[in-house]
Amino acid sequence: MDKLAAFGRLGLDIIASLGRSGRFLAGVLGGVSKPSVAFPLLLKQLYSIGVLSLAIIVVSGLFIGMVLGLQGYTILSDYGSEAAIGQMIALTLVRELGPVVTALLFAGRAGSALTAEIGLMKTTEQLSSMEMMGVDPLRRVIAPRLWAGFIAVPILAAVFSVVGIWGGMLVGVEWLGVFEGSFWGNMQSSVSFTNDVLNGVIKSVVFGFVCTWIAVYQGYDCVPTSAGISSATTKTVVYSSLAVLGLDFVLTAVMFGDF
Amino acid sequence: MYPHIEGCNQFARVAPTPRRLLGTGMDTSPYIELRDVVFARGDRRIFDGVSLDIPRGKITAIMGPSGTGKTTLLRLIGGQLRPDSGTITVAGENVPRLKRKALYRLREKMGMLFQSGALFTDLSVFENVAFPLRVHTSLPEDMIRDIVLMKLEAVGLRGARELMPAELSGGMTRRVALARSIALDPELIMYDEPFAGQDPIAMGVLIKLIRDLNSSMGLTSVMVSHDVKESLSICHYACIVADGQIIGDGTPEEIKAHPSEQVQQFLHGHPDGPVPFHYPAADAGQDWGITGRSR
Amino acid sequence: MAQRTTEVIVGLFMIVGIAAMMFLALQVSGLAPKAPESSYTLYANFNDAGNLAPRAKVSMAGVTVGKIREITLNRETFQARVVIDVNRSVDNIPADSSAVIRTSGLLGEQYIDISVGGDMESLGDGDTFYSTQSAMNLERMISNFASGQ
Ligand SMILES: Nc1ncnc2c1ncn2[C@@H]1O[C@H](COP(=O)(O)OP(=O)(O)OP(=O)(O)O)[C@@H](O)[C@H]1O
Ligand SMILES: [Mg+2]
Repeated sequence: MDKLAAFGRLGLDIIASLGRSGRFLAGVLGGVSKPSVAFPLLLKQLYSIGVLSLAIIVVSGLFIGMVLGLQGYTILSDYGSEAAIGQMIALTLVRELGPVVTALLFAGRAGSALTAEIGLMKTTEQLSSMEMMGVDPLRRVIAPRLWAGFIAVPILAAVFSVVGIWGGMLVGVEWLGVFEGSFWGNMQSSVSFTNDVLNGVIKSVVFGFVCTWIAVYQGYDCVPTSAGISSATTKTVVYSSLAVLGLDFVLTAVMFGDF
Repeated sequence: MYPHIEGCNQFARVAPTPRRLLGTGMDTSPYIELRDVVFARGDRRIFDGVSLDIPRGKITAIMGPSGTGKTTLLRLIGGQLRPDSGTITVAGENVPRLKRKALYRLREKMGMLFQSGALFTDLSVFENVAFPLRVHTSLPEDMIRDIVLMKLEAVGLRGARELMPAELSGGMTRRVALARSIALDPELIMYDEPFAGQDPIAMGVLIKLIRDLNSSMGLTSVMVSHDVKESLSICHYACIVADGQIIGDGTPEEIKAHPSEQVQQFLHGHPDGPVPFHYPAADAGQDWGITGRSR
Repeated sequence: MAQRTTEVIVGLFMIVGIAAMMFLALQVSGLAPKAPESSYTLYANFNDAGNLAPRAKVSMAGVTVGKIREITLNRETFQARVVIDVNRSVDNIPADSSAVIRTSGLLGEQYIDISVGGDMESLGDGDTFYSTQSAMNLERMISNFASGQ
């Protein structure tokens, strides 16, 4: 009986936390600051969560593209259709790996940092003191970070895909000798702009939003102690990863499910 | 960067307005009124029906043993916590009932010095003090600079303006935070332990500063402090919180001559008396596992 | 960091992002920046449309001249009725040309190849291909071969 009650309480806790995060989101998006104030803040966040994530994205994209090139070549050359390697690499990256891996890397690199930063601001009462100065931390601290993540992730995902395709071309065309014309030709005839590229961008927009939302919410809602911050950071990475993978399935089913 | 320079209009915010100066002389209604405030954390009632008036334009000291809820009281006044019942009126507005926007507008008139200082760690000392000015006014940069340096001078840290908060000592942090909380010249300042960690000279400077702020600009000041002697020397009015109640209040003279045993114990710091030094706990014998054994 | 430097770096970051998206659009998906060419409609009826799908290409002599708009079942003849959009610039397809479903490579996608006839008349908007050749069905071919027909 006790276990049942505990289980019910857990369920209620989860629902309450979901409700809090929704209200939190409404608070962040509801208030619009003056552009002259908001823009420099946004810029700073774009720098620290977007530009500074570029290195890890480029390096990972390059390696993933090269691995795709190698694996694709070995499999496709069995059927004598190694020219389809371009199409395979491009579709995998643009549809799936670009948005998904970028979001996972982003959650680990920038999301955890956001959570820790905001959590520490809460623990050291910086958020409280801001409130007491008549400045809403949701607008001043949280909103620029949320928007920056929302803007940065699609850009990072596009960069990831491009670098990956370039890496795949490096392996496939330069090293393994696939004919360059058929590499690009195959790719262009099979990748459709609306179905593949745009859907990939939509995915990365959704992932960017969800990852940053989870990160800033976990920071804002953390228990203000060092243990609280560390568990919030862990939660950010775990929840973001699960949310990205789960949402990816749902989005893929919706976008590509009809054929 | 600051396109809307409306010099005189904005300047009114940082210089005392005539209205406020007049007000101190004529308006005698309390600035803050607490009525039957009940506030509980979990099962523990921190305040159990507290009523308190904080007079306008005066320095009020709030004293009491550690952990009795002095900081909590300040947070209730600032609207960061809501009481379970009772009303809290600040400048004629019922704080717990205020809508978000009105609450933030009211807070612009308040300054609060946090117990931990709560400086923004990513901004320098200068920028910390400039923060409220930049957010709430559109003063030109050189005027902001002058005001910030003036405030830092008042707390003796003009030379430290380029330092980052991580490079400050605890006492310096507190003084920078104080400079920041008075940057906008608020109507109400709440100091949470302004003297903790200060050497005697800094303490003397702070006492003078608090007194000057009050007398020259007619600020209403609420000061939480454990330093009985210093607090009683500058406040106009003091109250002592313990056990979720106000156990004594009045002018410093009244407090010193208070008949209550609890108040006297607190003022003189006797370890034994009606005020419990210990946080409520189970019977000591139980915790050490010696129940049922005779000693 | 100075505000100015941040601005420039973030600006570069945005440009890199936009360039990457342009690259994905133009180079990877081969989206031509020109407006879609105006087209006219032809119909073809097949006994078996196989794996033919909307948006698959339609080519003549290996050159793409149009794409498939939709595939429906004709309720009277139980044939697949394929609606084809052909580019306006190709307005002289001989009337006796036939539409053939082919597969690109061994395992690739299916598309329609128009094998050119010799008629002086050409197909116009709304016309139907007179002769068609359905998808080659590997399974059926093998079973036909095995049963010796
Ligand atoms: N976030 C919280 N959650 C639960 N209980 C809390 C919380 N913050 C404070 N308390 C409890 O509320 C009581 C009052 O705390 P408060 O910080 O107001 O004390 P204080 O009078 O300011 O003490 P001090 O003089 O040591 O600063 C304490 O007993 C503390 O245990
Ligand atoms: Mg306290």
